[in-house]
Amino acid sequence: MRNILLPVGAIGVSLLLFGLIVSFSGVSPVEVWVLLFKGAFGDWYSWQNTLQRAAPLMLTALCVAIPARAGLTVIGGEGALVLGGLACAALAQAVPLPTNLAGTVMVCLAGALAGGLWVALAGWLRQYRGINETISSLLLAYVAIGLFKHLVEGPLRDPASLNKPSTPALDEGLLISTIAGSDVHWGLVIGVVVCLVAGLWLRLTPSGFAVRVVGGNPRAAQLVGLPATRLVVLACALGGAAAGLAGAIEVAAVHTSANAALIAGYGYAGILVSFMARHHPVAVIPVAILFGGFGAAGSLLQRRLGLPDASVLLLQGIAFVLILASEALRDTDWKAWFAKLARVPSAEPAPQGEQT
Amino acid sequence: MSHLFSNRRDSIKTLAALGAAAGSPFAFAQKPITVGVIYVGPRDDYGYNQAQAEAAAMLKKMPGVKVVEEENVPETAAVQRTMTGMIAQDGAQLVFPTSFGYFDPHMLAVAAKFPDARFAHCGGMWTEGKHPKNTASFFGYIDECQYLNGVIAGHMSKSKKIGFIAAKPIPQVLRNINAFTMGARSVDPKITCSVIFTGDWSMPVKEAEATNSLADQGVDVFTMHVDGPKVIVETAAKRGKMVCGYHASQAKLAPQAYLTGAEWNWLTAYTAFVDAVRSGKPHPNFVRGGLKEGFVKPSAYGPMVTDAAKKQADGVKAQMMAGSFDIFKGPLKDNKGATIIPAGKAFKQTDLELEKMNYLVEGVNGSV
Repeated sequence: MRNILLPVGAIGVSLLLFGLIVSFSGVSPVEVWVLLFKGAFGDWYSWQNTLQRAAPLMLTALCVAIPARAGLTVIGGEGALVLGGLACAALAQAVPLPTNLAGTVMVCLAGALAGGLWVALAGWLRQYRGINETISSLLLAYVAIGLFKHLVEGPLRDPASLNKPSTPALDEGLLISTIAGSDVHWGLVIGVVVCLVAGLWLRLTPSGFAVRVVGGNPRAAQLVGLPATRLVVLACALGGAAAGLAGAIEVAAVHTSANAALIAGYGYAGILVSFMARHHPVAVIPVAILFGGFGAAGSLLQRRLGLPDASVLLLQGIAFVLILASEALRDTDWKAWFAKLARVPSAEPAPQGEQT
Repeated sequence: MSHLFSNRRDSIKTLAALGAAAGSPFAFAQKPITVGVIYVGPRDDYGYNQAQAEAAAMLKKMPGVKVVEEENVPETAAVQRTMTGMIAQDGAQLVFPTSFGYFDPHMLAVAAKFPDARFAHCGGMWTEGKHPKNTASFFGYIDECQYLNGVIAGHMSKSKKIGFIAAKPIPQVLRNINAFTMGARSVDPKITCSVIFTGDWSMPVKEAEATNSLADQGVDVFTMHVDGPKVIVETAAKRGKMVCGYHASQAKLAPQAYLTGAEWNWLTAYTAFVDAVRSGKPHPNFVRGGLKEGFVKPSAYGPMVTDAAKKQADGVKAQMMAGSFDIFKGPLKDNKGATIIPAGKAFKQTDLELEKMNYLVEGVNGSV
């Protein structure tokens, strides 16, 4: 209950604050709230807008969430994502693939493999070389982006892509289509399924439990004979695989080729999503949808009210800070607090011993 | 879903038809029109996006034109959602996706879903038979203004070293570097132009580093081709160097260092597309123009520009306006010594061969 009430309350307060701030610039807060809701969840069109924006965030959030359960703070999902997209396009370019579902699965797996190896490298460096994984994963993301640009603008470039260096486009048969009757591609379903599977894995399987034990106390885990090092690298690899898969899906469902437009910050947005979801893979789903909603609502705010793009970033920032801050209230004993509050003005002793 | 949109579309059509019917007693009464403009960066970047936003602001002032705008839209599914939203939620009949990367696959994907809406993309290469008729691309021959920048830079440079800070070695950028260099070398063939590629359209830190590094090497006049020239202009001015602007006028940022600049005048292109919608004419699919057509313009000269420089630049400009000046003509060598254009051959600005440029001309220090 508390898990839901605290973040919902925090979002409510941030909406109030945001309304106050926009009212300073002469915009009616009520109009802004109505547009925010309309833009994100108001009709079927808005829902599609929200869901399509949410799709890549679920997978990039897992790149933070899964290693976090093993006690690591990995923030280099962007690197895994771009390399995943690159591997997807490169495989399709290098090998003639069956132009059907099997081919699509293969390019997606290539993306997951590339992303998994990349983040596993950060985990390996931590376990064997004592390098802080937060720093190394972040710096590896810059390396990955450099590598991506070098290959896309160099050896893998389609010579016909003049002013927008890209790899050759994927064959029509390899592309991920939209879900019938909507504009939302199947990547959303993949994202939801992977989040659920990751949640179940951590909760129900021995290896998932072992990862959580390592995250809780690595020394204790080693004492009970768990292969802590291997589990840490595994958690990194799985997280990286999720982000790599996100990159492959972006290429196969949206861009059709790997190019610099892939570097759009989904990996970094995933960090926020994961922290807001308290690194819980299942909670990542609603939080990613909320972030998608922010994006969709921001689009409508700009178009209808002429507010700058930064306005919705402001809301996002307030919400993020408040949700994290609300964690401090998690252990508050609300019953005692309310009782105290009730006692002070009435100055009467609380009735004792009447409960049966 | 698709029928939902077609219903919306029908109601938009009905509204438009009603508007037309109501307006018919007045000769040539213009239908009200909603236009969407999408920017890849902030509208006030003193550069690429500001140039587009300035035209959109002028479009807003035209009677019967409603403009909906969105800035900072990445070249991802987000821009597809924005285009769809502008058409389905705001009723836009015409959309200007202004960043290069919006063309393929994003604009093409949305254009296929909304055959009745029109799309006019900035910078792309619309090709007959390959791209749908409700899409278009427009661009300006801004290399003409970069040539004029070069002429001024050639007169003003004392070190005979000029600098160009560029995003990526792609045809549109190479064409500007070459034009700028040739403009300067038309004044003094001893001048060399050093190029630094930063790797992406908006890299403020690298742009500042590149400016400082070139200034250290003795470069005293700068120009650029990045999305927001602000950092380069300010850094160059701080170093006491001179600068020629790009995209929009940056004169306000450094009045004492700003010589002139190559500016877009997108209103010309915007108006052509808006007029076509309103009069029901077919969508102009491939629109290009230079100084003569009013697509580009030079910034006003700064106070320090000498009369000799002004005189020569104005002379070349007059020839360009008359259509009697070719920038890319033989004999022309690249900076590795190979002949690119043989003597006696000249490319007109409209020649599509120039949109595939992949070389740097003689006098440029740098490689593609």
